[in-house]
Amino acid sequence: MSNSEQSTVRVSLDTPGAVGSAPGMDVPVGYAQARSYWRGVFHRVLRDRVTIGCTLVLGLLVFLAIAAPVLPLIDPDVANSGDRLLPIGSPGHLLGTDELGRDMLSRLIHGARLSLLMGVGPVAVALLVGGVLGLTAGYLGGRTNMIIMRITDVFYAFPSILLAVAIAGALGAGITNALVAITIVFIPPITRVVESVTTQLRSMDFIDAARASGASTFSIIRTHILGNVLGPVLVYATVLVSVAIVIAAGLSFIGLGASPPEAEWGLMLNTLRQSIFLAPWISLLPGLMIFITSMCFNLISDGLRSAMDVRY
Amino acid sequence: MFQYILSRLLYTFPIAIGVSLIVFALVHLAPGDPLSAVMGEVDQTMIAEMRASFGYDKPLPLQYMTWLGSVASGELGYSLRSGQAVLEILLSAAANTIALGVLASLLGFSVGIAAGMFAGYRNGTWLDKVVSASAIAGVSMPHYWLAIVLVIVFSVEWGLLPAVGAGSASSMFSWESFQHMILPTIALSAIPCAIVARTTRACVMEILSMEFVEALRARGLSESRITLHVTRNALPTVLAVMGLQFANLLGGSILVETVFAWPGTGSVLNQAIFDRDIPVLQGTILLLAMFFVVTNLVIDILQTWADPRVSRH
Repeated sequence: MSNSEQSTVRVSLDTPGAVGSAPGMDVPVGYAQARSYWRGVFHRVLRDRVTIGCTLVLGLLVFLAIAAPVLPLIDPDVANSGDRLLPIGSPGHLLGTDELGRDMLSRLIHGARLSLLMGVGPVAVALLVGGVLGLTAGYLGGRTNMIIMRITDVFYAFPSILLAVAIAGALGAGITNALVAITIVFIPPITRVVESVTTQLRSMDFIDAARASGASTFSIIRTHILGNVLGPVLVYATVLVSVAIVIAAGLSFIGLGASPPEAEWGLMLNTLRQSIFLAPWISLLPGLMIFITSMCFNLISDGLRSAMDVRY
Repeated sequence: MFQYILSRLLYTFPIAIGVSLIVFALVHLAPGDPLSAVMGEVDQTMIAEMRASFGYDKPLPLQYMTWLGSVASGELGYSLRSGQAVLEILLSAAANTIALGVLASLLGFSVGIAAGMFAGYRNGTWLDKVVSASAIAGVSMPHYWLAIVLVIVFSVEWGLLPAVGAGSASSMFSWESFQHMILPTIALSAIPCAIVARTTRACVMEILSMEFVEALRARGLSESRITLHVTRNALPTVLAVMGLQFANLLGGSILVETVFAWPGTGSVLNQAIFDRDIPVLQGTILLLAMFFVVTNLVIDILQTWADPRVSRH
């Protein structure tokens, strides 16, 4: 750690739902993190083989997802009733075919587009909305804080899967509705983390000093608060992406997200479920993709956490 | 402490009101009229009559107040689809969900605590690494996928256990019912087990590095006595996490219940969503959220008992 003057603040993190909940998180605060801090973090991440490995796996997946339309893959939507449920390793179909004879490899790669989007997108939007809400509540304090945080508390009264299913179910099936539902699920936890770090920071001497020296609210937030909030929130958001991917696929799995014939891992898992007696191993592939992706995000979050010295 | 419990109890009221508002709002976010979805192409005057009898023609705030009033008196309305009382549907379904939730908690918590304690004590050894890796896998695993894996291995490949349903036995305590519960229980226990193991491990490691443990050792206490102290200190945190996980099992079992066609609240919810059966939908979400609120309340109170420091701040 390049700065020895930091103090540690305990942040309460009662995460909702299946979020890997930890009772508390030690967040280093007390100085606007210097550029050298981020350089240190970067070097520590580079030395962490697990994090690098997971980043490479995810990088490959993202590349394949983006390049899917131009890759030499069989059309993912072309059904061929003669080639139904071919086993893994069949000539021409490396990972076999699904219940309609569509190529699994191609569908898994095309499926990554929607599945990744439905995991990362909502968390990114929630990060923006929850970030603004949390900063507002934490920095202004008082009644604003009370109103924002009490509303957040109400959303905490739902397990995250239930809330996602309830919102998506009320809005009706469809990808957009699923995206909206998952975004709403993740706004409260991010608001809470940002609020609690901001509140801790606000009472620190260096913020008072900045205010006394005439810095505007905007510049205090930008230079002193944002830098300190970023680390813990980034770590937390990465965990949330892993949860979001599982929940998003889960929505499609029960028929609330993507709809046939779209290639999406959760939906594929659902349609292949009818075939577990005929081709048990092929039907596990989409779930395996969800598992690997979610696990990579989880491990990266672990790596970032230790590199940034944010401790759960 | 009494004061803390009282204030905590009082705080539950606004939360419960907020929850009821969200549940009510959710259902009315739904596009289209709840009745036309159910009744399809029928006479408009008949729909209007039905609408009036269900109270759907009144302004929303009034509908909310009426609904809240009837909910408060234990009246959840009748299913639009089957005409059955919502409360009746929910009671039998809730019993099934709670049975699975309790079994999965027992399994997940006992394995999780044991694994976490071992890993915490043997910090850095291969055992610790295996536990930590499995815990990360358990947290990341889509549990509905794990459910399918279990069905494939135990039902399809080995033919040992039934794949779906709850069996036809009249009692929940028969061997047949138990067989049907084994796979869903394992599938549901994965996440709580992994999370409890992670928490316990972190807690034990933190406590073992504290000075008071050193002092206990210096005084010549036996390892088992020291473990008692460690357990006592880890209890509040682990208890809180366990409570949250138990509440999650009750409210978040919809995906696993779908895989196993388990006749619990999750299946009721799933059915209600696709039938657009508004009273059932409202009732189920409300019941599950209230489970969650009450469980959290109980845990908070238990925590003040396990760790008196909690009530002081």
